[in-house]
Order: sequence, then C-alpha cells, then structure tokens
Amino acid sequence: MSTKMFGARIKRNIDPQLLIGEGSFVDDIPLAGALHVAFVRSPFARAKIKSISTEFAEQHPGVAAVYTCDNIGALDLELPQLIPHPCMDSPRTQRPLARGDVYYVGQTVAMVVAVDRYTAEDAAALVDVDYDPLPVEIDLEKAILDGAPLVHPTHPNNIAADLVQISGDPDSAIAGAEHVTKIRVQVDRSTAAPMECRAVAATFDKVMGELTVWDSTQGPIAIRGGLASIFNIDEDKVRVIAPHVGGGFGQKVLLFYPDELLVPFAAMQLGRPVKFIEDRRENFIGSSQERTQIHEIELYAKKNGEVIALVDRFLHDTGAFIPYGIAVAQVASTSIAGPYRIPNIRVEFKAVYTPTVVVTPYRGCGRPQANFAIERAMDKLAEELGLDRFEVRRRNLIADHEFPYLRKGLLFADGLPVSLDSGQYHKALQLLTEKLAPEEFAVQQKAARGAGRYLGLGLSFYVEGTGLGPYEGGHIKIHPITGKVYVNTGLTSQGQGHDTVFAQIVADQLGVAVTDVILVEGDTKAFDWGVATFASRAAVVSGNAIHKSALIVRKKTLAAAANMLEVSADDLELRDGAAWVKGSNRSVSLAAIATATNPLRYAFNESAKAATQFAPASKHDGPPLAEGQHPGLEATDYYSPPSATWAYGVHGAIVEVDPEICAIKIKRYVCIHDCGNMINPTIVEGQVMGGIAQGIGGAMYERIEYDTEGNLINANFVDFLVPYATEIPPIEILHLETPTPLNPLGVKGVGEAGCIPVAAVIASAVEDALRPLTHEHFYHVPITPSAIHAALKKAAPAN
Amino acid sequence: MSRAKIRAKLPTKSADPTVDIELTVNGERVSAEVSTRMLLSDFLRHELGLTGTHVGCEHGVCGACTVLINGVAGRSCLTFAAQAAGCEVRTIESVANKDGTLHPLQEAFRDCHGLQCGYCTPGMIMNILSSFNSSAPLDLSDEGIRDIISGNLCRCTGYQNIIAAVRQAAKAMSLG
Ligand code: FES
Ligand code: FES
Repeated sequence: MSTKMFGARIKRNIDPQLLIGEGSFVDDIPLAGALHVAFVRSPFARAKIKSISTEFAEQHPGVAAVYTCDNIGALDLELPQLIPHPCMDSPRTQRPLARGDVYYVGQTVAMVVAVDRYTAEDAAALVDVDYDPLPVEIDLEKAILDGAPLVHPTHPNNIAADLVQISGDPDSAIAGAEHVTKIRVQVDRSTAAPMECRAVAATFDKVMGELTVWDSTQGPIAIRGGLASIFNIDEDKVRVIAPHVGGGFGQKVLLFYPDELLVPFAAMQLGRPVKFIEDRRENFIGSSQERTQIHEIELYAKKNGEVIALVDRFLHDTGAFIPYGIAVAQVASTSIAGPYRIPNIRVEFKAVYTPTVVVTPYRGCGRPQANFAIERAMDKLAEELGLDRFEVRRRNLIADHEFPYLRKGLLFADGLPVSLDSGQYHKALQLLTEKLAPEEFAVQQKAARGAGRYLGLGLSFYVEGTGLGPYEGGHIKIHPITGKVYVNTGLTSQGQGHDTVFAQIVADQLGVAVTDVILVEGDTKAFDWGVATFASRAAVVSGNAIHKSALIVRKKTLAAAANMLEVSADDLELRDGAAWVKGSNRSVSLAAIATATNPLRYAFNESAKAATQFAPASKHDGPPLAEGQHPGLEATDYYSPPSATWAYGVHGAIVEVDPEICAIKIKRYVCIHDCGNMINPTIVEGQVMGGIAQGIGGAMYERIEYDTEGNLINANFVDFLVPYATEIPPIEILHLETPTPLNPLGVKGVGEAGCIPVAAVIASAVEDALRPLTHEHFYHVPITPSAIHAALKKAAPAN
Repeated sequence: MSRAKIRAKLPTKSADPTVDIELTVNGERVSAEVSTRMLLSDFLRHELGLTGTHVGCEHGVCGACTVLINGVAGRSCLTFAAQAAGCEVRTIESVANKDGTLHPLQEAFRDCHGLQCGYCTPGMIMNILSSFNSSAPLDLSDEGIRDIISGNLCRCTGYQNIIAAVRQAAKAMSLG
C-alpha cells in the first residue's frame, strides 16, 4: 500500500496558481466591453423617499443606464425570506432597490451603469433623491421600549422574533439551587471584512439564451436557482460560477444581495457584460454583519459548584431585515450550555430590528456570544464560590462515557435536538492545565505584581455544532486519456483548501497522487446538487459524500482491472495510478482501465493502445453495455448527516496589561482543539489560527460603530481595526482526535472553531491581571483601552 | 432578451481627460493613453491584464495592491497611473523563475501554508521582496518579521505561517 494521504500534512494543490498571481477572482475575469455599476445608497437610517430624479445622471457622458425601483421589472419585489420559522411574524426582507422607504444607511436606492466605475460614481452623485428623514433608535435595549421609533411600522417594539426553548425542568432545579450567579454580558457588532470585497459579473448570450454569472458567493447553486426563478429562465440556461473567492466567513452567503440580481438583470437588458465590484466602504455599509447580543445569564448551582440550571435571556440585533431568519440567535441559544452537563435550561431570545445593515452569520454565528455569556458566568461562579476557574469547569464538564449527550428540547439550526456526539472534554482541560501550569503561573504573577507588572491568565471552553445537513454530493470520474481523477461537489472554497483535502480522501481510495486529483467546485455547470459552504460543514458533508463516491469508483476500477488482468479483485491493489497484481510487477494504469470500460474507444493515445493488450474490462454477453452498466469509471453519491457533529476545544492565554496606557499584550496563547479525525493537520491549524486572529479582533479591536443617527462612522480600515501581524501573538496548538461516530470518515468541522472562545479568554485574563487594581468585571467586548481605563477609574482596589 | 430586439447604442468611453504615459512593467516597455485619474492598480489590472495585483481597500491600509515602483514597495491604489510614468514597476507576475518554478519566497509560502484564499498574498510577497532587496539590515526575529509585514492585512491566516515563510525564504536566499 502507498502511504495514507488522509491525515498527512500535504501541501496545497491550489497554491502555485495563487502565488504567481494567476488566481481568478471575479474582477480578474476578462469581459470585453464590460460596463460597471455604482449604487446610489441611502444616507439616512430611516426615511421616506419623496422623489428620485435620474435625469442628470442619465445624461452624463459614459452612462449606459440608470435604474430605480420603477424600471427593474420583476426585480421590484421583496426578496425571499430564506429560512422561515414560526417564531417570526411576517418577517421583513429588503427590496433590490428601495421603494418608498429606506431602512439603513447604505441601502441601495438606484443603480448606475457606465463605461467604468469612475464614471458610474460621478453619475451616481448626480442622482437626486429627496428624502424625508424619520426618527431612529440604534440602541438595542431602547429599541424594544414602548414608544421607541419603529423600523417597520408592522412590528411593535421592533421585535422580529421571540423564542423560548426549554430543556429539562429548570423551575424545579432552580427551587433546589444553593447559589445563583447572574451577570449581563454584551458583544458588539463586527464584520467579516474578507480581503476581497463582494463582486458580481454577468454576461448574457442572446444567441444561446444563456446567462453566465461570476459571483464571489459561498452558495452558487442557490443563486442559480433564484436567478432562474426570478427571471423565469430554465435553470440549465443559467450558469453561476464562484471562481476564486478572497475570503467569505459567512458574509458571502446572503441570497440575495441586491447586486446579485441587478447585475445579471442589467447584463440582459443592455446586452453587454456588466460588473459590480464592491469597494471597502460599501462592504462596511452594504454587506451583512453580526455579533451584537446582550445576554442576561443566570447559573443555578450547588455549593460545590455543580450547575444544575441555566437561565438566559438575550436580545439579538438582526439589523433592518431578517432574510436569514433566526439562524444566528438560534445557534447562540442552543450553544449556551457549552460543554457542561447542566441538565435544566431555559433560554429565551428576542430578535430586534434596528435601522442598520442586515445581520447574517459571520464566522462563529452566535457561538462566540453564547460562549462569552456562559464562560464569563462560569468565571463569576468560581469567584463567588471561592473555587478555582479550572476546577469549576472540571466539576461540570460532560464525561467521556456520557456521550451522546442529549439536550432534549433545544433545537439546533438543523431543526434537530442538540446532541453532543463525542469528545474527551476532561482530557482537553487537562492538556491546557499542563500547558499553562496555572500554579506556577500564580507564582510568576505574584512576583510580577511585586515589580509593578500585571499578568493574568484566562481560559474558555467551547463546543461547536458543525457539519450541518441536509446533504452534499460528490461526483468522481477517472479520465480515460490522462488517468487523472476529476472530483466535483456543490460547494465553493474561500481559502479552506478543499482541492487538497478532498483530493487526499480520493487519493487513498484510488491510489493516485494528490496532485492528480482535480477538484472542480463552485460552478453550477460542473455539479449542481448541493447546499453551500458555511457552518463548518464542507469536510463533514462533502468530504463524506466524496468518500462514498470514491468507494464506488474504487470497486468499479478493481472489478474492471480484475477482468483485464484475469485475476480476482482481491489479488489487486491500487497504487501509483495503476492496479497491480499484489506481489508482482503486472499492472494496468487507471487511464487504460478507464479507456477499456468505455465500449467505444478510439486509439487516441498510449493508454488506449495499452488497453487493447488486456482482456476485456467487462465479462458479459449481449450488448456492449450490460443492463445497468455505465461507461467509464465514474460515480456520484451523496451524504446526509444524521445530525450535527460537535467539535470542541479549550483555549487559554497569559496576558500582560499595562495600566498606564491601558494596553493588553498577549504573551502566550494556547489552543487545545478536537475536530475528530484530521484530514490535513496543516490546513486544520491554518483554519484555527485564522479564526483565533479574527477572535482577537473581536475581543480587543473591532467594533462597528453607529452614531445615534445610524451613520456607520468607522466604515474603513483606518478606523475599523482589523489586526495586523503586530497584534497577533504566536499560537500554540495541541490536537486531540476523537472520531465522531456519526460519519464514515470520523470528521467534524473546523472552519469557525478558532474565533469562538477568544473574547472570553481575553476578558478572563484581563480581569485576572487587573485584580489588584480593580474589582470591575469585563463583560463587554471588544475590550478597548478606554474600557480598561474606565474599569480602572471606576473601582479602586478593594483591599 | 429577445433576439429580435435591436439594442440601443451604448457609450464606450467616458469624457475623462487623458494623458499619454510610458513606463516599464515587469521589464517590458509599455505606452498607453490613460485617464488622468486612473489608479495604477486599475491600469495594471484592467489595461495590462496583470490581475495578480489585488485591491482590498483602495485607501492605502490593507497592502493587497502593493507593487514595486523603482524597486521599492508602493501602494498601487494610492498611485495614479500617470504618476508611474517613467518608472519601473514590478508586479507579482514577474516573481517566479523564468522556467516557471516558484521563487524561494513563493515556495516558502507554499511550504509553510502561508496563504489561504490567496487574496492578500501578492501584496505580501511584493512587500517582503522590497524588504529583502533593501540595503537596511534584515531583522529575522519574530518581532522583526512582524514589522516587515505590518503594512499588510490578511484576514485568513493569523499571520503565523507567513512569518515562518519569511524566515524560511530569507534563509534559502542567504539573507539576514
Ligand atoms: S488596496 Fe491598496 S492598500 Fe488596500
Ligand atoms: S490568505 Fe486570505 S487574506 Fe490572506
């Protein structure tokens, strides 16, 4: 057998192309004579549109067309609500171009199409819109009060959804509790800020009747479906391609952003290619964001620290519309008890409309907020009961023998009850304890304090439901000419290295080099069954689908090779791109087998000639293809997960806080992580480190700031602080690999993991560091220098 | 949409004033008539088809658009094409060896998994090469390397693998 590729640190197939500058991102696709789009966007958070005059813009030299809601035909509609849920009452969604009302600063009001972006922007400034501004309330807690200005007159108190979920019997448990810890925590709004902003380009071939759209989306199949239905074209005549995509992190799967419909529309109307390349400011004011939640969490415990009930009420900011339904809030509410046994839970949320950019999942999707709530509460419980922070967790972690651990009554985003499938939670905590050596640290901390330096240790344990269904598929075909293996699935990649990890899975089954497995995804003409890339689901769902297809192709290959070599399939092995009779030097290449399994073959090349030297690939009487037989070596299969697989991990850090300048320096950051079997540890670590960097951004730097009028006042990279290399410390990663019993490969998702616990780690560490100076708690992220300053000013040391 | 519908005549040019420029890009002489306000990034990408240079912010913060202008790293999104007249510009497309093999820095990025989506990568590489080319001493400590790349945002990697790549490349190139 050749070496196993699954689990190996293989270099990525995609890298050379990206490294030499030959990637193909949407704006790199050459489209002769393309026209460019610029949008007129609302300058008000809430206003009535009295009139729109496009006359001057239309006359501007170089302008091809100007669109408003009045000349976009079938697109003048409220966009679909993607994920209905009974707890939402007539959910509101956006129109591609505003009609009558605007609901946030940045909402698209008119679209200018011109010869280049420069001209389109000039003309956009000439569109004259007369607004009648309305009062707004940006503050989440004030927005739900009686009398607060309404985003949608249809929704009193701005409540978009209200849901209570109960597991166990919290009321009885609360009655028997010996201690209660209550805190209020807040996570502020952030944004994915992928380095490539969103982009859409379209061209319509009127002779073939085909619409081709390049979209930096995470979900081209759904975009194709939407375009076909809204434009009333056969699905087969619409091709959506997500070429290389420069990061997504959830932001690129809204279905639909206005431009995703308007650009193809303009291309069809004008008969020229049209593109919209979002700029950074537009990405801030027009593309979805996430995170703002305010939790009031209560832990009911015994004196020994065992938590017997949890009650959490939270407000979730959903922005001006709720196209994605309650996904973010639902994931937060079902993740609230983390890795702990806590058998009795009551969690309630209200999703609140605010006149701001729409909220949809951003890497983590509600989990970072839930983690911040439960982990800060666990720290507080430890403090109140005089327990060590590690110990209080140890006393509540689910034990290995308790899996699967069911939280009946809590329905996860896949509609199924939360069931933590597997893990070694205690071992993970043990590893972190060994790495950070809290007792030794306490000695150093004390010594440092003596020298006027403030060191602190923080930790946070998280779980992550990953690999959501309903399904994905995998298509595999061995090409007869080259013997290379082509693989398709319905996903897209934004840097996760699908082309390499999926190749590793296939290489093991077919005995080919990883570089000879070529993945084509993100193109509805290549494969058009599937969902999209989100929810840490690619490796789990597509990975297993591709694995299943590879098993079928392996079986077909062995059967054909056995016929050709006139041995039994059991005597064969697949390696080095050929089938070999074990223990001999007799072999037949995959190209020759693929050729021989095609009843009509022309002798194009060597493998075709070689194929003729063997016995026939199929032994049967009658027509060349037996009933049910297919030509070639090819298969398609699907995988549909029974439920989410739960990855988990625990992070810890040692920080130093300088009270003079209120700065935090992360001195060590340790991550213990378990995503089941790893296909490629290097890629797993890359995902984890990238997630942690985003988590550090959210914990210390990144905050989307609206003024009281609803203007986003830091819509640029100067004021919205994405961390540079100078802000991100080295990360130490240790892996555990507990295979999930739920799928054949034993894998769990990893895409979002890194970012989830970081805010709680940093807050816990900063609090620990500053204990001699203040007894204030850090229950609000990001923890900016001003937040530290305020805490130091507010509370003098108690002793 | 119907084939019978005759299309309206659409404009092909803006009314922007233009200027003739001549410069060297990746060793080749280039002359062009460009709009006076055309950014160098747009010129390279859309007039010359060198789309390896990326644009992440167009306000000088992310570094994705970094190219070498007369040997030194420059932001092509903050430079007008007209300003580059008479200059020598090098982009990511000129970095790999003539035989198609990767430059040691590109190789190191691959070895160390220093890229994920690859959007920031060309700018990173051009910026690092600028430091490698500079006569200033090269500090290959963690802090030193962080400083070298402190003008480039990457949203995917968390930077650690990029730092490893810079160190590996500097070693392979016997620098520092
Ligand atoms: S695009 Fe030039 S610095 Fe960001
Ligand atoms: S690799 Fe994606 S931004 Fe750096």
